[in-house]
Amino acid sequence: MKTKTLKGGAFIIEDQDLNSFYAPEMLSEEVQQFSEMISDFVEKKVKPNFDKIDKGAHDLVVSLLKEAGELGILSASLPEEYQGLNVDFHTESIISEQVGKAHSFSVALAAHTGIGTLPILYFGNSEQKSKYLPGLGSGALLASYCLTEPGSGSDALGAKTKAVLSEDGKHYILNGQKMWITNAGFADVFIVFAQVDGDKFTGFIVEKGSEGLTLGAEEEKMGIKGSSTRMVFLENVKVPVENLLGEIGKGHKIAFNVLNIGRYKLCVMAMGGAKETFNHAVRYANERIQFKIPIAKFGAIREKIADMAISIYATESATYRTSGLIENQIQELTSNGMDKTSAKLEAAEEYSIECALLKVIGSETLDLVVDESVQIYGGMGFSEESPVARAYRDSRINRIFEGTNEINRLLGVGTLAKRAMKGELDLQSPIKAAMGDLMNMDFSEVSGDLGAEKKSIANAKKAFLIIAGGAIQKFGLEFERQQEIIMKLSDIMIDIFAAESILMRVEKKIQTSGLEGAAHDINILKVFLYEAMDRIYMKGKQAIHSSQEGDQMTMMLMGLKRFTKYESINVVETKRAIAKIYIEKQAY
Amino acid sequence: MKYLVCISKVPDTTAKISFKNEDKEFNSDGVTFIMNPTDEWYALVRALELKEASGGQVTVINVGPKDNEKFLRSAIAIGADDAVLIEANEETESYYIAKNIAKYAQENGYNFVITGKETISFNSFSLGGMIAEFMDLPFINQATQWMLNGEVSTIYKEIEGGEEVLEVTGNCVISAQKGMAEQRLANMKGIMMAKTKPLAIIPIALGEEKVQVSQYQVTPPRGNCKMFTLDQIDELVQALQSEAKVI
Repeated sequence: MKTKTLKGGAFIIEDQDLNSFYAPEMLSEEVQQFSEMISDFVEKKVKPNFDKIDKGAHDLVVSLLKEAGELGILSASLPEEYQGLNVDFHTESIISEQVGKAHSFSVALAAHTGIGTLPILYFGNSEQKSKYLPGLGSGALLASYCLTEPGSGSDALGAKTKAVLSEDGKHYILNGQKMWITNAGFADVFIVFAQVDGDKFTGFIVEKGSEGLTLGAEEEKMGIKGSSTRMVFLENVKVPVENLLGEIGKGHKIAFNVLNIGRYKLCVMAMGGAKETFNHAVRYANERIQFKIPIAKFGAIREKIADMAISIYATESATYRTSGLIENQIQELTSNGMDKTSAKLEAAEEYSIECALLKVIGSETLDLVVDESVQIYGGMGFSEESPVARAYRDSRINRIFEGTNEINRLLGVGTLAKRAMKGELDLQSPIKAAMGDLMNMDFSEVSGDLGAEKKSIANAKKAFLIIAGGAIQKFGLEFERQQEIIMKLSDIMIDIFAAESILMRVEKKIQTSGLEGAAHDINILKVFLYEAMDRIYMKGKQAIHSSQEGDQMTMMLMGLKRFTKYESINVVETKRAIAKIYIEKQAY
Repeated sequence: MKYLVCISKVPDTTAKISFKNEDKEFNSDGVTFIMNPTDEWYALVRALELKEASGGQVTVINVGPKDNEKFLRSAIAIGADDAVLIEANEETESYYIAKNIAKYAQENGYNFVITGKETISFNSFSLGGMIAEFMDLPFINQATQWMLNGEVSTIYKEIEGGEEVLEVTGNCVISAQKGMAEQRLANMKGIMMAKTKPLAIIPIALGEEKVQVSQYQVTPPRGNCKMFTLDQIDELVQALQSEAKVI
């Protein structure tokens, strides 16, 4: 079934109309100019200071943030009435991608523009917006986001910080501790979450210099050493009632909604970092001579280069596909009269499943790339003289913050199940149909360009549906507690999401460049699918073995085997061909 | 004052250089092009600074194919007021380019024509001198500073072991090098506004190409080189004996 707009999470049961698909190749010239400008800024202003920043030069981070403000980077997504540039979502994506190359500085910038600024943009009243947004956009004010506490990380709503209304009704008195607060050392504005009357989770804007607001020492971290991370202590801090953000008891809306966009952007930033590290590794592989030839000529190294490139390509395809879905939704909502800021918030919520999956995809791609890049550099990669050592240390946090990858995997499947239960998505009928297909042998011939690939992806969706349907049927309300099975389902979902995004990008490429022009992209699609179908089979088998029994189990396993079949390819030769392109280009 | 800044397109400094068509033509496959750094960082930015200080108009100009529009737009995003593209073939030699720029500058009453010291692609250093000759104006080559007081330009040049300070009254042609200004990044607003500023595309008017490239040659890569400092005499002797095996 083809639909014009694909609802959030619906990719697992429907096909997206190719006309509504957005690929990175479609970025406009203007967006590419933004991209070059920000790349220049990172290259010339930030990169020469990486060492100083990592050694704790926070004043340098502050001055670079202000410079980024002058260039418009901090105000890009703000509305014009607050001196913002009101750019489209693709521009926001490209900003994140380029900023993602800037190591610790990128974390400071993202925390400021994302979780620091967005709560006020989305949930502030007009006085709060007028007071803070222009300064946050220019860099005159810098922001931090205080959610996590020593006793509540993933369980964010379990925060213990209290807010009590003063007797005269003019202030809230805040008491508590916040932990792992990015930008704490230099922030002017702290977005703080606290419980009003003991259990009403609520957001507040707390200003620097408020009496009773103190900071812990800088944390000694494994990576992103140049990002300021400190504890924030609140001891009888008087916060004026007009600084209450949103509504009392609705803090969870602020805390979680800004995370949808945060997760999307984390993925894009990780992808930017992955491309940069990949470029270093490919150049090094070309320069490093062993046994009298560049190591890039060895198959073992070529395979690593191909694996990294395929993973980046997959991330890029899924990212810009989502950028397109979100931008389309924003346009549709604004054409119906909604203001752009609310539209952006609503669109990100609509695609929160995709955002959660992307967070996992982006951070795990970066981890693969930094790991293999250190390996390609060999001993030199273990030295701080190489650029990949820093990349390796800085990558790890991405699987932890903005919701751990485990939380995001749970969210991907959990939100899908929730939407199905609310009747927003019809999972029931496609599950029934897929279960029915277990009995019906499919002898249909594949035809047309990418016929085998299209069929495999359609089948992979059936595999997901039978496993999910079977598990829900077996465990009922207990399904939610089967985290091991949910992890596997979400890995399958991720592979399908990525594979289909690559497929559609390749279809677009064929439309513009023909089969020959898209040969490289087709190779990537084939290898990705070849490996993904095996992964899906393995995860699926484990999920079925752990949730089914008897005839039902046998039947589902047979179905799984059929649904995860893909053509045989010479994977070694294909990966060599893929790697060759990047080795010659010396870059992604 | 009216400033005309010549903007050239060059391969990115990290581009892999190769040739095709029996080594007669530069192979641009897979090469990223950028604005010539000395044009962008020194010539354009200094013209913008002078305009910002005492008013006027900064126009950027390029002689080349229609695709080069993109580099002119980038120059506008940095702050130029308008742009002119004289449409021509890809690889045109300096004489031909200079002749067309000089004609445009003369007809449109520009006071100053500014180029970068050289293009980092062909390094001919020749454009400014030719333009000056065609316009019958003084030419100051490789300037490091340029101050303007009314009609009088004070221009600094580096010479062997020192500096030369020149004064020029009235119009002139200047080629700019390091020291003249600091690179300026376009801001996002500039990029957004660039679309709305005028960019004229005009057909090529004058001349024929007088110089043809008969062949390019790639210099072979330098061999391995090892550096020793004065206090490493022992290591040097060791290396000459056991690695280079020459003593």
